[in-house]
Amino acid sequence: MFEDPNVVLHCEKIDKIYPGTKALDGVSFDLLKGKVNVLIGENGAGKSTLMKMIAGIEQPSAGKMYMDGKEVYFKDTNAARAKGIGIIHQELSLFPNMTVYENIFIGHEFKKGLFLDDKKHQEGARKVLARLEHEIPPETMVGDLRVGQQQMVEIARNLIQDDLRVLIMDEPTSSLSAAEVKVLFKIMRELLADGISIVYISHRLEEIMEIGDHVTILRDGKYVADADVKDIELSWIVENMVGKNTQYHRFKRSIDLAKAEKVLEMEDICLPKQGGGWLLNHVSMYLKKGEVLGIYGLLGAGRSELFECLMGMHPEHTGKITYQGKPMKVKHIAGQIRSGLALVPEDRQRQGLIQTLDICKNTSIASMKRYQFGPFLRSGAEEKAVDGEISQLHIKVADKKLPILSLSGGNQQKVVIGKGLLTNPTVLLMDEPSRGIDIGAKTEVFEIIHELSEQGLSIIVISSELKEIMAIADRIYVLSNGKCTGELEGEAINEDTLVRTSYAGLGTGAGAAEV
Amino acid sequence: MRNNKSGNQLLMTILKGRTFIVLILLVIFFSIAKNNFLAPATITMIAKHVALYGILGLGMTFVIITGGIDLSVGSVVGLIGMLAGGMIQEGITLRFTGNTYYFSVPVIVVAMLIVGCLIGMINGLIVTKLNVAPFIATLGTMYICRGFANLRSGGATFSSIGGFEGLGNTGFKTLGSNIANIPAGVYIFAILALLSAILLKKMSFGWYVLAVGGNERSARLSGIKADKIKILVYMISGFCAAWVGMINTAQLSAAHPASGDGWEMNAIAATVLGGTSMAGGSGTIIGTIVGAFVIGVINDGMTMCGVSEFWQKVIRGMVIILAVVIDQTQRNLQAKMALQARNAN
Repeated sequence: MFEDPNVVLHCEKIDKIYPGTKALDGVSFDLLKGKVNVLIGENGAGKSTLMKMIAGIEQPSAGKMYMDGKEVYFKDTNAARAKGIGIIHQELSLFPNMTVYENIFIGHEFKKGLFLDDKKHQEGARKVLARLEHEIPPETMVGDLRVGQQQMVEIARNLIQDDLRVLIMDEPTSSLSAAEVKVLFKIMRELLADGISIVYISHRLEEIMEIGDHVTILRDGKYVADADVKDIELSWIVENMVGKNTQYHRFKRSIDLAKAEKVLEMEDICLPKQGGGWLLNHVSMYLKKGEVLGIYGLLGAGRSELFECLMGMHPEHTGKITYQGKPMKVKHIAGQIRSGLALVPEDRQRQGLIQTLDICKNTSIASMKRYQFGPFLRSGAEEKAVDGEISQLHIKVADKKLPILSLSGGNQQKVVIGKGLLTNPTVLLMDEPSRGIDIGAKTEVFEIIHELSEQGLSIIVISSELKEIMAIADRIYVLSNGKCTGELEGEAINEDTLVRTSYAGLGTGAGAAEV
Repeated sequence: MRNNKSGNQLLMTILKGRTFIVLILLVIFFSIAKNNFLAPATITMIAKHVALYGILGLGMTFVIITGGIDLSVGSVVGLIGMLAGGMIQEGITLRFTGNTYYFSVPVIVVAMLIVGCLIGMINGLIVTKLNVAPFIATLGTMYICRGFANLRSGGATFSSIGGFEGLGNTGFKTLGSNIANIPAGVYIFAILALLSAILLKKMSFGWYVLAVGGNERSARLSGIKADKIKILVYMISGFCAAWVGMINTAQLSAAHPASGDGWEMNAIAATVLGGTSMAGGSGTIIGTIVGAFVIGVINDGMTMCGVSEFWQKVIRGMVIILAVVIDQTQRNLQAKMALQARNAN
């Protein structure tokens, strides 16, 4: 039994196991009554997963939750809602094909007998939107709204609940302008005054210092620390978020990078965001021959988008790209591969592999043209090339004709790297190359990166794990909210600077001016 | 700039009412090409056909809005016709007693509607619980229903569907007759269309259907039982197909196992012409009604003008593709105008 008048909901040793990973590991959490409870952690620390348990979207693998001294179990969102728990999702969960008032009241319709009372819906929608200081006509289609306005509709959906006790806000400000954030904070204070408890997840640290009451920090699915906001400073948060434990040894370079020529240079790369703003906002950077260049940034900072521009997936981008001393016209993916760029994409399963093909075909598919004789495939040449990669990258395979999914995550990743290398690249782009693979495989991947760079290959690596990027990169650019907010080299690379610069483009700073 | 904007708005109005404009143009064209096209007898005949495609289209609209498709409706038309015809002509013989029972027409109608709903429920269960793509699931039930339609009589036709006074099962042909010079099917179409429009626009169910088609994940997160909604839309489709099966049989005065072959395509065409998006999430009943009229007028108009059956198919195909192309154009234009309006603010 658990009873504490200051706690509205208590989680006791919650585990959540997904195939292959433990997203939450024995996390206990007190949701304090009438406070803004802040959850902080790096990407993948388990913040959103924990909130999904509380909102009934997913169920814990082990552990219990208590409300009012009684154990509760939420088998779905309706069960959680019945207990007064509402959630504002990280990704918008609206219906673009329906009107604003339909979106707000769906699931809680007013009825006159059997029929919907649309007058009451429109009136209610107008009222709640006025409270949010966003007087959007209720008959507007949600798909026609700006992202910020959509976010407000999402918030409005939760405010119409009379018996709301807990409101979970998973990065509600990520697409709001500074003015909209102010309104949101005002609403949050009103809700607190009404006795509603709030859980707030945000990457904008300065916002947390402004609105938060109590901070809980998670790392790798485990509880790390908690404290009242009034007792702590930003550096305490960063320290606990990042941790001190894991260390990778730093690689020694034999190439003198100071003398190396520039292979790739990007100037003023811009990519507009749908619905206003920029995904990439005048980003400039260069890459030297044989260099391992790191790009660090939070989710949505524009890291993957930069790679996508380089690979020709966003022909609408603007800016100047110089490649091997000549201006480069980016037209399409096939052309970029031919010019010597190769990408190891972020999402291995969706973008990196073709699950229905075997290991051999997955490795050779991007360079198939090299093994052709007229319209025919020279299997001998293809297999020889694949064998070469298997031994170079130490891919552990019993037979290269086996299905790709028979390999472990680490070996699958090596196949994707091998596929990139077979196209004979000058520049290798790697987007989160260590995601979802075990620690041993990670070290191997880093060794591969190091070896390749020693052989003169120029590599850009995206990572959101500080320790990793600090171990492998010779130089690091930091992206924040589409802007390049820092360039660090050698001794200047340290955790504190990296984290601080990765927040620099957000929130009330220069980035807030855009509407 | 201003000119361009009002030009866009005019184009938009035309595009939105496009199916209706096409319908009027078709009627004008055929009435010039064939001077008895607007005679009462012709109109009655066209209305009879439109009612059949239209009723199927109503059910199809619900299914397509959720992002699904129901290919089985044509076969359900055939199967229901055979079951109803068999019940009237042969009655139902219980194996173990050897007794044969005959039922009155209202009982038969209700029984057939229940069978239609059950077939729809099976479609829905296969799609949701067994996770089979709607196209494949209903392709399967399409063959199964057609097979059973033939098995019911061994491929033969039931021709005494008028019933027998002595058995108390007369009156089925009323469904195919004219009441006050208007075919009974048209009344049923009108009533079902009205009910469908109310269901889609005025009741929670309609919101849920749109929500499941627009963003299924969000619908689930909003506490909507998406599987239940999907099963229900296939049941509505089966219910509509059962009506068409009975009306068609009554109109023909006989039940053929091959009845309704290929009608699912007319239903889909009517729905798509009416502006329902095959991707799900949007669609209206009034659109489907107009779409059904377009299909009916083209089919009968071309037949009356002596266009060969082969050319008719070519033209019908082109009309459908053209309709979808125009639909895309309208969507793009709408998105562009929304963007303009947003930037203007």
